Amino acid sequence: MTTPARPKQPSAKARPAEVWQLRLYVAGQTNKSLAAFANLRRICEEHLNGKYQIEVIDLLERPQLAEGDQIVAIPTLVRKLPPPMRKLIGDLSNTEHVLVGLNIIPQHSEGRHED
Amino acid sequence: MKQATRNSKDALPKAPTGIQGLDEIMQGGLPRGRTSLVCGSAGCGKTLLAMEFIVRGATRYGEPGVFMAFEETGQELATNVASLGFDVPRLVAQKKILIDYVKVERSEIEETGEYDLEGLFVRLNHAIDRIGAKRVVLDTVESLFAGLPNQAILRSELRRLFRWLKDKGVTAIITGERGEGSLTRHGLEEYVSDCVLLLDHRVTGQVSTRRLRVVKYRGSSHGSNEYPFLIDRQGFSVLPITSLGLDHEVSSERISSGITRIDAMLSGKGFYRGSTILVSGTAGTGKSSVAAQFVDAACRRGERCLYFAFEEPPQQIIRNMRSIGLDLGQWREKGLLQFHASRPTLFGLETHLATMHQAISQFQPHIVILDPITTFAAVGQTAEIKAMLIRLVDFLKLKRITALFTCLTQGGSATEATEAEISSLIDTWLLLRDIELNGERNRGIYVLKSRGMFHSNQIREFLLTNHGVELRDVYVGPAGVLTGSARLAQEALETANRLVEEQQVQAKQRGLERKRQALTAQIAALKAAFAEDEAELRKDIRQLQQRDERLQQECHLMARNRQADAPARAAGRQHHTRGIS
Repeated sequence: MTTPARPKQPSAKARPAEVWQLRLYVAGQTNKSLAAFANLRRICEEHLNGKYQIEVIDLLERPQLAEGDQIVAIPTLVRKLPPPMRKLIGDLSNTEHVLVGLNIIPQHSEGRHED
Repeated sequence: MKQATRNSKDALPKAPTGIQGLDEIMQGGLPRGRTSLVCGSAGCGKTLLAMEFIVRGATRYGEPGVFMAFEETGQELATNVASLGFDVPRLVAQKKILIDYVKVERSEIEETGEYDLEGLFVRLNHAIDRIGAKRVVLDTVESLFAGLPNQAILRSELRRLFRWLKDKGVTAIITGERGEGSLTRHGLEEYVSDCVLLLDHRVTGQVSTRRLRVVKYRGSSHGSNEYPFLIDRQGFSVLPITSLGLDHEVSSERISSGITRIDAMLSGKGFYRGSTILVSGTAGTGKSSVAAQFVDAACRRGERCLYFAFEEPPQQIIRNMRSIGLDLGQWREKGLLQFHASRPTLFGLETHLATMHQAISQFQPHIVILDPITTFAAVGQTAEIKAMLIRLVDFLKLKRITALFTCLTQGGSATEATEAEISSLIDTWLLLRDIELNGERNRGIYVLKSRGMFHSNQIREFLLTNHGVELRDVYVGPAGVLTGSARLAQEALETANRLVEEQQVQAKQRGLERKRQALTAQIAALKAAFAEDEAELRKDIRQLQQRDERLQQECHLMARNRQADAPARAAGRQHHTRGIS
C-alpha cells in the first residue's frame, strides 16, 4: 500500500508548473481506506493533469509516522505541497469537499456551484 | 473488564497514584486496568494530577506511562510540571515516560466522508508498546470535539477507545472539562463508568480552595466527602481528614505548661499530653505569652514545637518574647521550634488545613500552637471554621500531639464565648481576662475547664515580668476581687491594720499584767495587816492569860494568908473559871 501512484494522463487544464504532493494515511486495507484511495485517484486524474504524487502510508506498518503529520482520523489525506499544508479526513467520497479542501477550486466558486 | 476482576474475589486490584492522601481516600488507588475520569473546571489541577500519576508510576512503582496531551506540547508540559519537582525530560530520556502531543486543528481539517479515529488508536498503541506502558493519560480527549465536526463518529469512537484501553490492560486517566449541569462538557462520564474524580476550585470571599471528590468508584468503597487538596513544590496532596473516627488512644502523661502556678492550678501537674488547650482572652491579655511559655518549656524538654502564627511574623514573636525573658530564637536555631507564618487570607480554610497537615506530617512535632484561631473568621463562616478545627484536632489527637490554640474574644461579648464555638473540642481552657479597677487594667487568669483532672476554681493575677509569666493570688476579700496596685494597697492596708491590732493586744496584755501585779501587792498588804492584827491579838490573849494567872496566885496567896480551908479555895476557883469562859 505504500507504493506511490504514478500520474497517468495529463489533463488539458493544467495549472502552471506545480507538482502536488499528496499523502494518504490509512490503517490496513479497510473499506474506507480502499474507497479513499480510489476516490483520490479519480479526482487527481480529473483535476490535476498528472502533476501530482500520491504517497500512501499504512500506519499499521509504520505507526511512528502518525505523529509527524498529527494523524488522528483515518483515512487522512495531507497536502504536503503546494503550501500551506492541508488535511482532509474521510474517505474522500464528497468530491466537492475534496476539491475545496485541496484548494483545487476556489471556495467562492464552490459556493456558487452549491447554490 | 474480565482481567481486572479476575485475580481476586474480594477486592478490585488497584494502581496506586502515588499522590499523597488520594490513595487513602480510594483505598489503594485507581482501579487497575481500567479508565478513570478526572473532571473539573479550567485551572483546577486535572493535568497536574494526571501528570503526577504518570510520574509517580514511572519513578515509584516501575510502571512506565504514556501521556497523550491534546492541549499542550510535551515541552510546555515539562516546563509546567518542573515547578512541582518533576524532571519529565529525564524520565522521557530514560524511556519511562512518553509524551505524545496530539494536535487537532479544526481550520486545517476538511471532512470529506466516512472516517474513524484509528490514527489515534495506532499512535496510542505504538506509544504504549514502545515503552511498555502500564499507565496512560489522555489530557483532555474532549479537545477532539472542538477539532472534529462529526460528533456521532467521535462518540462511537470514544466508546471504542475506552473499551480498547481496558482490553489493553492499562490503567488510564482521561481528563474532562466541567460542563454546565453535568460532570463533563461532552458527557464523557457516560463512557467511563468505573471511577470518576471531580476536582473543584472554589472562590468564596475572594479566597480560593481546591477540593477533590470521588464521585463514583465502582467495585470499591471510598471516602465520599470533598477533600481539600494542595498543589505545591511536592506536587499534589489530598487530605483525607474527615475519615477519622473518635477512637484515638489517650495518654495520661502530663506535661508542664511552663508556668509553675498554672501547673499548680491543674492539680499540680499541668496538661495531659495530646490534649487540646485553648487560651482565650481579649486583646492584650497575654495569650501569646502563655503560648510562648509553653513552647519554651517543651523545647527545654527537647520536644519539637510547630508554631503557626497568623498575625505576627516569627521575628516579631521572638523579639517580643525576649522582653519577658524567653529566648525562643535559640530553640529555632536548634531546630526544635519551627514557625509557619501566613496571613489567614492567603488561602481558604481547607488550604490552611491542608498546609498545616503537611507541615505537621513533615516536622512531626510534639506541640502545635495556633496563634490565633480567631483570624480564620476572615476567610470562613463559624461553622466552617469549626469543621476545620474539628478535623485538625482529630488529626492532632490521633498523632498524640498537644495543641494550644489562642483565641481572641471580642470586648463586649461574653468571655466564655469563642468566635468559632469550639469549646466542645477543648480539653483544657484557660481564660485570660482583664480586670479593670481604679484606672488600671490588670490581667487575671483562671481555668474555665479542664477535662479529667481537678483544677483550681480561683482567679489568679497574671503578671508579665522580665523573667516570664508569673501568677499571683488575687486579693479576695470583703472588698471584692482586687488586682494590681489596688491589691497591693489593700494588702498594705491590711498589714497596717494588723499591726495596730497587734499593738492593742500587747497593750491589753500589759494592762492585765499590771492588774495582776497590783492584785498581788494588795494581797501582800492585806496579809501583812492580818499578820499585824494576829500578832496584836495573840499579845492581848497572852496578857490576859498572864493576868489571870497572877490573879489566881494572888487569891491563893490571900487565902493562905487568911488560913482558909481547902473548899473555900475550890469555890472561889469555880467562880473565876465561869467568869473567864
